[in-house]
Amino acid sequence: MELLSGGEIVIRALKDAGVKYLWGYPGGAALHIYDALFQQKDVEHILVRHEQGAVHAADGYSRSTGDVGAVLVTSGPGATNAITGIATAYMDSIPMVVISGQVPRDKIGQDAFQETDMVGISRPIVKHSFLVMDASEIAVVIAKAFYIAKTGRPGPVIVDIPKDVTAPDHRIPYEYPEKIKIRSYHPTTKGHAGQVKRAVKTLLAAKRPVIYSGGGAILGDASAELTELTKLLNFPITNTLMGLGAFPGTDPQFLGMLGMHGTVEANNAMHEADVIFAVGARFDDRVTNTPSKFCPSAKIIHIDVDPTSISKTVAIDIPIVGACSTVLRQMIEEVKASKETPDQDALSQWWSKINEWRERHGIYTQPRHEPSSGNIIKPQDVIRSLYRATKGDAFITSDVGQHQMFAAQYYLFDKPRRWINSGGLGTMGFGLPAAMGVQLAHPDAVVACVTGEGSIQMCIQELSTCLQYGFPIKIISLNNQALGMVRQWQDMQYSGRYSSSLYEDSLPDFVKLAESFGHIGMRVSNFDELDDKMAECFALKDRVVFMDINVDRNEHVYPMLIAPNGSMKDMKLSKTERT
Amino acid sequence: MRRIISVLMENEPGALSRVIGLFSQRGYNIDTLTVAPTDDLTLSRLTLTTHGSDQVIEQITKNLNKLIDVVKVIDLTVGPHVEREIMLVKVKANDAQRAEINHCVDVFRGQIVDVNTNAYILQVVGSSDKNDAFIEAINYADILELVRSGVSGLARGEKILKV
Repeated sequence: MELLSGGEIVIRALKDAGVKYLWGYPGGAALHIYDALFQQKDVEHILVRHEQGAVHAADGYSRSTGDVGAVLVTSGPGATNAITGIATAYMDSIPMVVISGQVPRDKIGQDAFQETDMVGISRPIVKHSFLVMDASEIAVVIAKAFYIAKTGRPGPVIVDIPKDVTAPDHRIPYEYPEKIKIRSYHPTTKGHAGQVKRAVKTLLAAKRPVIYSGGGAILGDASAELTELTKLLNFPITNTLMGLGAFPGTDPQFLGMLGMHGTVEANNAMHEADVIFAVGARFDDRVTNTPSKFCPSAKIIHIDVDPTSISKTVAIDIPIVGACSTVLRQMIEEVKASKETPDQDALSQWWSKINEWRERHGIYTQPRHEPSSGNIIKPQDVIRSLYRATKGDAFITSDVGQHQMFAAQYYLFDKPRRWINSGGLGTMGFGLPAAMGVQLAHPDAVVACVTGEGSIQMCIQELSTCLQYGFPIKIISLNNQALGMVRQWQDMQYSGRYSSSLYEDSLPDFVKLAESFGHIGMRVSNFDELDDKMAECFALKDRVVFMDINVDRNEHVYPMLIAPNGSMKDMKLSKTERT
Repeated sequence: MRRIISVLMENEPGALSRVIGLFSQRGYNIDTLTVAPTDDLTLSRLTLTTHGSDQVIEQITKNLNKLIDVVKVIDLTVGPHVEREIMLVKVKANDAQRAEINHCVDVFRGQIVDVNTNAYILQVVGSSDKNDAFIEAINYADILELVRSGVSGLARGEKILKV
């Protein structure tokens, strides 16, 4: 058997776990591993400019492919810098393995240089974590980490390795386990047959049904089954922010996103439904509004791979624990085998009601905001322009704020894994590094990062990584010279007192900034040039283009649920109208 | 409602902190907690008492099960069970008080496990209720120090928690 050092075992085990790319940043405690990395060709390392960027990039890689993202950081500040990224992945259930260097075993607990208790500090934001105390455990632990990260409800797993465990002078036989078995870990995939029958019976008897699908349908690769079942039943469907693209966004059965900035037709349909069929969604507070007023007359069916998601915030009538794709397939078979069929009269009445909401308030039937003109560019029109320029088929990453909501509303995703955003944690700075991960996984695809002048500055250093590795990302920055979403809330709830949401002429010249990083910068200040500049941007296939687009700072995101104490049908439709 | 939840988990470093962390992270209560390795040294048995609505207890058991280190979870309070807690009480015991203390210990089937010129250590074993009652009964004496182990328990009959 081959004799390898601990550092070499780390890299070999990553390779055997299927890792092609490792995002990271070296430092003292990780140097043995970095030396092993240098001496092989199977695992390629991408050097970021900040560990947060490494984790977001691995995250974007994972979201766009379904594979487990891999990260390598050093101890202490390397580990703590990774924390925001890990929390982001945890909240959105992204499979990821983060390897962190640790101080040597005999220094642990002594406040050694660059020591931090990584297992402790990350504990509430990981699916699981390991501290490897012997080189002979490395291969098994890494194999377990990948298995845990990608099965059941996915999530980030930490492997913390003290420096002396990876030392080059201690060589031991290497063996990667062929099969992993953990006696305390058995995720459920198949749905309980009786529950599936009950669920289908309830669906077929529904008069005002809505399918509400979330990130789980995408993570569980259940898009095909979800689409097939939705078509089979002719039911309306809405997606959460995390679920966009699981069902084609341009299909007439799609009601748009639901929740805080969801469409009127989606939110009203939820509120008035008699049956809600939740697929891989978690009844997040940004969806339900006030839980006690949530969907007062609905029976709720819920498929989720994680039992703790069921009846967490809202009581579920028919829970089904299992993988979305497997359970949906069971349900399709059950629907086909059933003698019952959906109540067509009731459904057609329900659809006319929904279409009425669409006509009256829908953002897809006609624009609900003032038109752009001259130097007033509406952010919604920027997303529309982006959609046209990319023919609706790009990978879109986003940061967090108004631009994120506009992108979610106006870029209609027809495919899963195309919309990459930090939904749960809401991490500003996610967009650019996530786009690097997407671009690495899909070198020939068009990848755009929708951002704002606030968010982009949180991980702007990664522009340098983009140059080093040639990631030709297109940055679409909606510059309103303010923290837009904060400002919107300050307009609505704090009488326009803009506490720390303005930059007072301190913003950089983003065109020059992009140029200084070796990229192309473009400024758009007039609506008439928007489409042309957008086309020009995407024609520059091999370059990073930073589009600094001056948008109307007074624009708010609508519709918007009225909180606190509102239900899902209580919405603001504009600055002056409400439902 | 008070619940006794028994957890069989891997006897590994960090496993306990994950259980404790879960409770603080999600805002659940821990009233008592006791943990030790079982006859199978790869496993630890943790017993905790908590209180909350049925919905909260359901989430607690589900979240405990979700922890990778946790092998099995049982809510002992849903069926017949035996619960015990050991309590040690150090009381002032001069000649005048001793007879009365001795009597009280007898009534509760406790033991005097340490005797000193001025103090006793009393040991009482029973359910938490019984131990509460003993504290009340012995209250006239001067309690110098008191320590309780937290509850341990097993389901009655053939129901067992094993791998």
